[in-house]
Amino acid sequence: MRPRRMAVAALAAVSFATVVFAQNAAEEIEKYRQALQDGNPAELWEARGEGLWKTPRGPNKVSFERCDLGLGAGVVKGAYAHMPRYFPDADRVMDLETRLVHCMVTQQGYTPEDAKRNPFGSSDRKSDMEALVAYVTSESKGVKMDVPMRHAKEREAFALGEKMFFFRGGPHDFSCATCHGADDQRIRLQDLPNLTKKEGAQRGYTTWPAYRVSQGELRTFQWRLYDCFRQQRFPELEFASDASIALTSFLARNANGAAYNAPAIKR
Amino acid sequence: MRLDRMIALALACGVLASCAGSTQQTDDQLRAKALETMRASFKERGIAKLDRLDQDETQALCSKFATAGPPKDVAEKIERINLATIKAPRDGKYMGDWKRGEQIAQRGTGFQWSDNKDTPVGANCYACHQLSKAEISYGTIGPSLYNFAKVRGFTPEMQKYAWGKVYNAQAYSACSNMPRFGHNGILNEQQMQDIVALLMDPQSPVNQ
Repeated sequence: MRPRRMAVAALAAVSFATVVFAQNAAEEIEKYRQALQDGNPAELWEARGEGLWKTPRGPNKVSFERCDLGLGAGVVKGAYAHMPRYFPDADRVMDLETRLVHCMVTQQGYTPEDAKRNPFGSSDRKSDMEALVAYVTSESKGVKMDVPMRHAKEREAFALGEKMFFFRGGPHDFSCATCHGADDQRIRLQDLPNLTKKEGAQRGYTTWPAYRVSQGELRTFQWRLYDCFRQQRFPELEFASDASIALTSFLARNANGAAYNAPAIKR
Repeated sequence: MRLDRMIALALACGVLASCAGSTQQTDDQLRAKALETMRASFKERGIAKLDRLDQDETQALCSKFATAGPPKDVAEKIERINLATIKAPRDGKYMGDWKRGEQIAQRGTGFQWSDNKDTPVGANCYACHQLSKAEISYGTIGPSLYNFAKVRGFTPEMQKYAWGKVYNAQAYSACSNMPRFGHNGILNEQQMQDIVALLMDPQSPVNQ
């Protein structure tokens, strides 16, 4: 082989190696993701949550078994696939976490402050809220998402959530749509679902809550919003706030028609 | 309005219970209510104060026209007001050190409530752009910048353009997703010069 051709071949080999390396990396990441699906530690949170659901708690020493998640007092099966929704007894739209707080206050006798304490746990301070959410959501696995829009307040929550999704602010001008408003995009190597479209919203919304391997914790949808806004450089989104409920209404409703599939497991 | 019509309207509102609903509110009213709701739903934490919800004109217009994109006249206005913000570097040099630029491009911290005022600030270019060939963990929200100057020319005009783009991307592309690093005070002059060098220096891995 002549030197010139050797050089060309060597160059081609280098760039080929780069491509193969990139492909292998993507494949390895996909393998890793698949391997994670086997044996999800989220089950530990689900089991603890089921115990908390059935245990008499709070100053009034009552369990959650009279808590109405929208399908009747104590009905957990399938409830999450129909939330957020309007609750006549509170005259407002609530997501699951807000409804659990409502039951803790009105039935179990907690103060609102106590009911909202520790929504996101750590290894030395496990969150009861995350466990309860894991249990309730697990009871909707396989159920078709059907978030209602019958009540005017449900329609308003959706419309407000949509406006918030496209709200650009902060030093970086970010909105939710900056990362989640177009198809087939990534941040670094992380795929980003387009949450403004049915397929993307279905893929994104139906896989929360999730056990996060990198954190060793189960994270709820409230956490997902809270941590997205941190990275968006916004102030702190308050747990179970009206904005969090409106945004959840928008995203959950966009996922309608998909089979709910969480708690999941993510990197 | 006649009294009987007012009564009829009031009754209709009561029966339908939808007068406060989305169908009755204009887009501007909805946006105003969304902002009011957000103001009540966020709290300041560390360096992230509530004034981050105060939009400037560009942010407000880009939010308003987010789904379909801004109409031509609005886009031109946005580009005009943002172009007017760009200041040339005080020492007159557009290029700094590409090696420092690479570090800034890799770094994703700064300005989050989990950061503090001493946290090193990054531009996080790789989150959205391909730059050097060696870094395969890059995002695709923005275009690939690999061979940026090799393709466009190692000219002073391109250096000036790259500076402007980093300083305020919306001067050239209204409602671009890219942060306005200079205009919003995310990066200082030296950091922007280092980023321009990463893009423009013939020795930079971006141009290999």
